[in-house]
Amino acid sequence: MKIRLNDIAKTFDDFRAVRGVSLDIESGELVALLGPSGSGKTTILRMVAGLEYVDEGQIFFGDEDATSIPVRERGVGFVFQHYALFPHMTVGENIAFGMKVSKTKRTKAEITARVAELLRLVQLEGLADRFPSQISGGQRQRVALARALAVDPKVLLLDEPFGALDANVRRDLRRWLREIHSELGITTLFVTHDQEEALDLADRVVILDQGQIVQQGTPQEVTRNPDSAFVVRFLGDTNKLSATVMGGTADLGGASLAAPALPDGKADAYLRPGDLSWSATGGGIPAIVERVIDRPGNRRIIAATERGEPLEFDVPPEIVVKAGDRGFVQIERAQLFAAE
Amino acid sequence: MSRQTHTKSPRVGDGALFRRTLIALTLIAGTVLVVAPLAIIAVQAFSRGFEYFAATITDSDTRHAIFLTVVTALIAVPINTIFGVAAAWAVTKFDFWGKRFLIVVIEIPFSISPIVAGVAYLFVYGLQGIFGPMFQDAGIRVLFALPGIVLASMFVTAPFVARELIPLMQAQGRDLEEAATSLGASGFRTFWSVTLPNIKWALLYGVVLCNARVMGEFGAVSVVSGNIRGQTNTLPLHIELLYHDYNTVGAFAAAFILAGLAVVTIIAKVFLERQGAGRRARPTLAAPFVAEKTQ
Amino acid sequence: MRRRNVLPGLKLSLGITLFYVALIVALPLGALIFKAASLGPEAYWNIVSSERAVASYRVTVTAAAIATAFNLVFGVALAWILVRYKFPGRRLVDAIVDLPFALPTAVAGIALTALFAPNGWLGAPLMDAGIRVAYTPLGIMIAMAFTSVPFIVRTVQPVLEDLDPALEEAAQSLGASDLSIFMRVILPILGPSILAGVSLCFARSLGEFGAVIFIAGNQPFQTEITALLTYIRLEEYDYAAAAAIASVILIAAFVMLIVTNLLQARGLRYTARS
Repeated sequence: MKIRLNDIAKTFDDFRAVRGVSLDIESGELVALLGPSGSGKTTILRMVAGLEYVDEGQIFFGDEDATSIPVRERGVGFVFQHYALFPHMTVGENIAFGMKVSKTKRTKAEITARVAELLRLVQLEGLADRFPSQISGGQRQRVALARALAVDPKVLLLDEPFGALDANVRRDLRRWLREIHSELGITTLFVTHDQEEALDLADRVVILDQGQIVQQGTPQEVTRNPDSAFVVRFLGDTNKLSATVMGGTADLGGASLAAPALPDGKADAYLRPGDLSWSATGGGIPAIVERVIDRPGNRRIIAATERGEPLEFDVPPEIVVKAGDRGFVQIERAQLFAAE
Repeated sequence: MSRQTHTKSPRVGDGALFRRTLIALTLIAGTVLVVAPLAIIAVQAFSRGFEYFAATITDSDTRHAIFLTVVTALIAVPINTIFGVAAAWAVTKFDFWGKRFLIVVIEIPFSISPIVAGVAYLFVYGLQGIFGPMFQDAGIRVLFALPGIVLASMFVTAPFVARELIPLMQAQGRDLEEAATSLGASGFRTFWSVTLPNIKWALLYGVVLCNARVMGEFGAVSVVSGNIRGQTNTLPLHIELLYHDYNTVGAFAAAFILAGLAVVTIIAKVFLERQGAGRRARPTLAAPFVAEKTQ
Repeated sequence: MRRRNVLPGLKLSLGITLFYVALIVALPLGALIFKAASLGPEAYWNIVSSERAVASYRVTVTAAAIATAFNLVFGVALAWILVRYKFPGRRLVDAIVDLPFALPTAVAGIALTALFAPNGWLGAPLMDAGIRVAYTPLGIMIAMAFTSVPFIVRTVQPVLEDLDPALEEAAQSLGASDLSIFMRVILPILGPSILAGVSLCFARSLGEFGAVIFIAGNQPFQTEITALLTYIRLEEYDYAAAAAIASVILIAAFVMLIVTNLLQARGLRYTARS
């Protein structure tokens, strides 16, 4: 089912949570809404579900205007941040709930068979009679997903699906959700504040800030061609160096970069830790090493330029360097934006 | 309110018709059952004017009943407070065999009819009771005198302070006290400067409720006091006496004083609840959700 | 399992507690049970199964059951409107709910009697409608309902407040109607607290004395509650009978306590962590 948001907006009291968001989600796509807290991502998800009314704009499911269809008739599967499993029902009863209250009558045998099928899908066979309080966080997450899938939703919506889990479980569940998605092919929209999660899982990432979309595209597009300093900063660790642009070239005090699109004047260069390398002998921005942190795969150098700007970057483990060394930082890649 | 119904999808029972009907029906029932009795006390108490009211409550028997009620509270409430604090300290700061059973026993008076409490005391201190003859030989009057009234009052209110403190002190754990002890504080010092500041509102809350019940207790005291006018009549018993004497206005005048106490108690309760005491401190049956949210 | 503990004051606090519990709670109840037991089975049975006693149980239990049923509906409704709706005076109503706890029972008794007497504010119109309240079992029910209404409100209210809105939203997103959400999700979760409130309410009604005796009329076999019968036996200096009947009330209270705890444990079995 294709979903289209047409310029939707939402205000809570004085807070403009969502300010005119338009978005097309193709049938079968897996899309992440990524943004810091307060960026409006959860509100958008809840509006798609029908859990919040839309102040302005429309939401289309396929060609149908779903804006005013109540949540219980909208046919979405929603997985809540803290799962919202019914605590007094067993895992099996939780999964069966949607089928039991549905207007389409199903026989007991049909429901039982479907519950068993879903338990198999989420790899929880044998836990049907446990209560939610008796299973682990990761298992609860999967029950919540099974419950949402039980009613054959047109679209699956997940609010911070892995937010409450620890790192290892998170990684496993991410892979697994990706597999389920390719198996079922259901249009899926999920909310996260974790850029790694969004990039790892989604076909397309929609980055939000202050109630508006700042950029959207495939993980490759948004990481390689971020179109604002906010996106660069939000997507991961980065260094910032000030630069001066003159005639399409940015001068960083020892290194220069081509900046054909920028007007003359001040600019900021954003450099990922992996975009920089270290040379003891010359060429590049003069810097002094303040600290070296040894990590399993590389060495992280914490340094400062002569102008006093801090830099952090990674070098291969073989590189011999220690605090106090002077040398030069070479730039392999950078993203330049006019100064804020 | 209209804002909320516009922005949020309605929750169960938020339909305007259902909401208004339910509020209206409930408030009507509440007014009939709870507010009307309070109103009628005031109306009846002043039905013959303020002067008559003043004369009634300054009558010597009524004055003595007020005096006796206050004295009873002044003895029973502090003793119960000490017990409540000691019980809460013992069951929350230590583990010992039979602890759960002790908690149940402390709560027992709460589920026992006051009449049963009164009768039970009769069989301890009455002439037909276990220690009655002994006390009589020694010339000590327990029943039909102040000690009996105080004892019966202490029984019915025994759990009041402890049941406010136990859940709160259980939730607070032992870390603070252990830290204070490890820093060299004495037991009393630890309680006074570490525990007490954290439980003071709950303690006061328990004391207020305990006091209201002591001053208002009727059934248990009725059995053990002997209802001797001007001698062993507490204010609630005096109300009954006046009422059966067909002195309705007098009975309501005395009732008005106790109703005033009830109103003051409720105001104190609301105040203390705002300080975090009372039902918020108690573990609710919805605990599993709270636990999940904080995970 | 036992954890070593460095905190001081165990002997003092436990000593005070045990002494007090023994002297104030256990001793009198023990004396009562001893007295009742010393009657011997036959005499005991004759007293507690006498026609008048049985009639008093019937009056008490019936009135308490009806009062509790009324408070079940009224108390849950009151808790619901206090938690779920905003209306002018909500906080005042919230405070007034405690009035029956704070108001001495004798005061409640004479006030309700005056209110529902045949010439009272509410009694007069009810008389016109052919309903007599004061000095009938209906009066007993009203007195019991009055004194026990806060129990259900105050046990249900915090659970309702803590109810995660996401549970209702989840049920909505799965297609459940309001009625179905209330019956299948909200009510079962409130269940244990409602049960706790109902049992407190019923226990209090069974034992209520002060509020009831004024309005009841106290006719043997008609409007005489068991607590009053105990009191009457005392006034007649029939201590054996008083002890026996009081022990019945006491046993009933204990049975209630045990049954409630068992039902609660069952109702909350899903909260147990494995």
